[in-house]
Amino acid sequence: MKVPVSYSFRNLWTRRLTTILTAAGMALVVFVFASILMLAEGLQQTLVDTGSWDNVVLIRKGSQSEVQSGIERLQASVLETQPEVAVGEGGRPVLAKEVVVLISLAKRGTDKPSNVIIRGVNEQSLAMRPQVRLLEGRMPRRGSAEILAGESVARRFAGAGIGETLRFGTRDWTVVGIFDAGSTGFSSEIWGDADQLMQTFRRQAFSSVIFKLSDPSAFDAFKARVESDPRLTVEAKRETRFYADQSEMMAKFLRILGLSLTIIFSLGAVIGAMITMYAAVANRTAEIGTLRALGFQRRSILAAFLLESLLLGLIGGAAGLFFASFLQLLTISTLNFQTFSELAFSFSLTFGIVWQALAFSLVMGFVGGVLPALRASRMQIVDALRTG
Amino acid sequence: MRILKLFFRNAFRHKLRTGLTILGITIAILAFGMLRTMVNAWYAGVEASSANRLVIRNAISLVFPLPLAYKDKIRQVGGVTLVSWGNWFGGVYIEEKNFFPNFAVEPRSFLALYPEYLISDLQRSSFLSDRRGAVAGKKVADKFGWKVGDTVTLKGTIFPGNWEFTIRGIYRGKDRSVDETQFFFHWDYLDETMKKTTPRRAGQAGYYIIGISNPNLAGEVSAAIDATFKNSLAETLTETEKAFQMSFVSMTEAILIAIQLVSIVIIVIIMAVVANTMAMTARERIGEYAVFKTLGFGGWFIAGLIFGESLFISLLGTAIGIGLTFPVAAAFADYLGTYFPIFFVERTTIFMDLAAGVLVGFVAALFPTWRAVRIRIADGLRRIG
Amino acid sequence: MTEPTTPCDEHGPASVLENQPVIVEVRNVNKSYLRGSHIIPVLRDIRFDIREGEFLALMGPSGSGKSTLLNLIAGIDKVDSGSIVIGGVDITALDETQLAHWRATHVGFIFQFYNLIPVLTAFENVELPLQLTGLSRAERREHVEMALRVVNLSHRMDHYPAQLSGGEQQRVAIARAVVTDPTILVADEPTGDLDRASAREIMSLMCRLNRESGKTIIMVTHDPKAAEAAQVIRHLDKGYLNHAHP
Repeated sequence: MKVPVSYSFRNLWTRRLTTILTAAGMALVVFVFASILMLAEGLQQTLVDTGSWDNVVLIRKGSQSEVQSGIERLQASVLETQPEVAVGEGGRPVLAKEVVVLISLAKRGTDKPSNVIIRGVNEQSLAMRPQVRLLEGRMPRRGSAEILAGESVARRFAGAGIGETLRFGTRDWTVVGIFDAGSTGFSSEIWGDADQLMQTFRRQAFSSVIFKLSDPSAFDAFKARVESDPRLTVEAKRETRFYADQSEMMAKFLRILGLSLTIIFSLGAVIGAMITMYAAVANRTAEIGTLRALGFQRRSILAAFLLESLLLGLIGGAAGLFFASFLQLLTISTLNFQTFSELAFSFSLTFGIVWQALAFSLVMGFVGGVLPALRASRMQIVDALRTG
Repeated sequence: MRILKLFFRNAFRHKLRTGLTILGITIAILAFGMLRTMVNAWYAGVEASSANRLVIRNAISLVFPLPLAYKDKIRQVGGVTLVSWGNWFGGVYIEEKNFFPNFAVEPRSFLALYPEYLISDLQRSSFLSDRRGAVAGKKVADKFGWKVGDTVTLKGTIFPGNWEFTIRGIYRGKDRSVDETQFFFHWDYLDETMKKTTPRRAGQAGYYIIGISNPNLAGEVSAAIDATFKNSLAETLTETEKAFQMSFVSMTEAILIAIQLVSIVIIVIIMAVVANTMAMTARERIGEYAVFKTLGFGGWFIAGLIFGESLFISLLGTAIGIGLTFPVAAAFADYLGTYFPIFFVERTTIFMDLAAGVLVGFVAALFPTWRAVRIRIADGLRRIG
Repeated sequence: MTEPTTPCDEHGPASVLENQPVIVEVRNVNKSYLRGSHIIPVLRDIRFDIREGEFLALMGPSGSGKSTLLNLIAGIDKVDSGSIVIGGVDITALDETQLAHWRATHVGFIFQFYNLIPVLTAFENVELPLQLTGLSRAERREHVEMALRVVNLSHRMDHYPAQLSGGEQQRVAIARAVVTDPTILVADEPTGDLDRASAREIMSLMCRLNRESGKTIIMVTHDPKAAEAAQVIRHLDKGYLNHAHP
């Protein structure tokens, strides 16, 4: 492009108010766009991290989540003897029979209740989840009414902090430890002894069976056999897949809502850019005529104006991204529609999102600027000079 | 009328610019109205609640049931007129995305408690006498083309197996705030089946719904019921139907807040766009404003010109946006029918649209007016030609 | 026959035109405009030559077509019929891209309202035509500095047009016009927006360019004082060209 780049830059600077207003509109759009992508990414990360490729989760066939599922003791015992189950210390199978229920707890500071997952675990549970580590306090004693709270639950729910007591099932349960589960969904859970919890809730059946594969590639064979076994009514999934599926509906909802909003907003911002660029072209008609007279080709004029509106988009995009990056300090907690329980996750900014947001802002700049730029390039020299 | 004509002519001096601005406002108002309607839809359950109904659930969470045996003790509490019970069934019709709410209910008491579900007497008695009968709302029946007499199979998720029902009735809502996407069948059918397959799950109700004689008794009755079952195996939590519905809404509060914030953002974006347009327009006409001043017109007159034009453009766009909101909302309601069973544009939304339009037009004119009114005549005249 | 003296003569003698080669040949040029459904003829069958080193003034009443003729010679408008050959090149036969390319190296423009780019400094404005050549940054700098020296504005090269007076802006415009050493300089009412003193300055500058550097200048003006500087004056009236004098 022969017209100097500084021409485009400085014209944006000269009309500062207009440039700021237009870029601000685009920045807001990019902010919303980036925040949606970051939210979906954060949700994905939380649920994908929540799981190992080597672990298998079994729930009752037809159930959509552990809460809805029930696996009878007999069936659980059958599963325990399967050859694919890894054998751990002391020759014991690395397998946990867990019970998962929801309890309604009030959030700290408000009275608003939310459903929190309580998971009844045994020793193997912790071994199979390397992402989970004890942060404060100690492990509950076997056979006692002591519980562990996930870091997110302890922080946000009344009675779930270390040393505090929760009352449910006519018993008092003391929180003796807090565990850190990174960004995984386990942070939003409370863990206790499976037998104690089953007694309290008068449950005879487990909710799910989780075990570690001795050979990670043996999954498909295992799944095929177990799902056609007449003694069992279960469904098997790799743990990573299990948790990804749990968020599918939520992620899809967020994405659709978010993207439709973004498209609508971007229309507004693009219209703003178009108005600005048309005005710029109208005001600089004499300049355009002069440049053409001096010998600059039509395409150079087109490029110069297009560059100006692309720059507008880029400025808006960079500003929007900058502010969006602060969202990473926030944590969102909401109800996961599929599991009907509380899930906390945060915004996650990746390089992929940065590129997407910038590309989107460039597209907005392009769409907003292309028609005015074409108008600028198509002017007849004598008409343009006459207007000046 | 002449002044409107003046604003119209002035505004359309720059057809393309004004046209684009109006288009932007239309889109923004449309989006704003749709988002507000979506938020209202979220609260639909709360709005449809009756002050005469209370919901009783297990104090631990909804996931835990209550024994059927409780019904007698509940009936004896002062102020209770009707006792009904039910379970959220959560059955899947062919595939998960065909979602609609389905319940096992005690039919006689349920229909008595919900007079807003209108059903013909014939269909009612037909439903009551068929253990495997079911009643579906008009919306969901239309969606899947169900007629009275059809067989509908649901795949159980909480209660496993394939469950067959015969449609015995289709209900309509008394007014448009009533959810017409529900599907309910006999609780006894569920209980019978559980007795045969998993006996330990029989005799359990997911929740109780009771009618009270007077809304003012709600607090008393709730306290009385919860006290009755305190320290028993299944402690209860009794609350008004409204509070019960609200608890669901508050669980997804974060999303709601986000949507409300976003609807404000769109208005801010369009404000920037219109402000930009007015700033440009006013800048171009500085010379004219100077001429007006020489002729003796004061700052107020000029302010009136600019504000008038800005509001004219903004309200024109708002009017078109409001006009389009209805057909778009109707289309949305069709498409998202089962996720948002109640989806219609409320009057308050229209008022908010108008308010937003006025706000945008007003704010956009502020800075250009300030600049124009301050200009010295000589400076302004210099800018002509 | 003695040559009449013009204000330019103080810069040296004019070239003897008969000895100079013809650099612009205008043959049978016609141009009309469409207004609504009416065809308004602006130039009728124009035919004349311009010699190298000539200082030509085109004069005539408003609407006579003089600016149109200038635009056609400068290559920023297209004839309806006829031909214009400049330096051996028939510009009426060139397409837009070729014409733009030709203008960049063969024509220098001087406008009534200077037409400087407001967001570029004086230096950058003069450098603009050089962006279309293949010169390196250092080479461009040399040419620009030289052009600015010619118009006596080296000390103001980093100023923006808004910071310069009318006369200074026109001088920058002239520097821009000569920086590529074009074949012809075209000026449309160059003194139209200037006060008496600045106008005299500008005319003096143009005289120098014509007499000392031998530049061919074609100027449209209705200012009789400006016309005095020219060697040849042609009048246009209602689209017809009258004979030249002296």
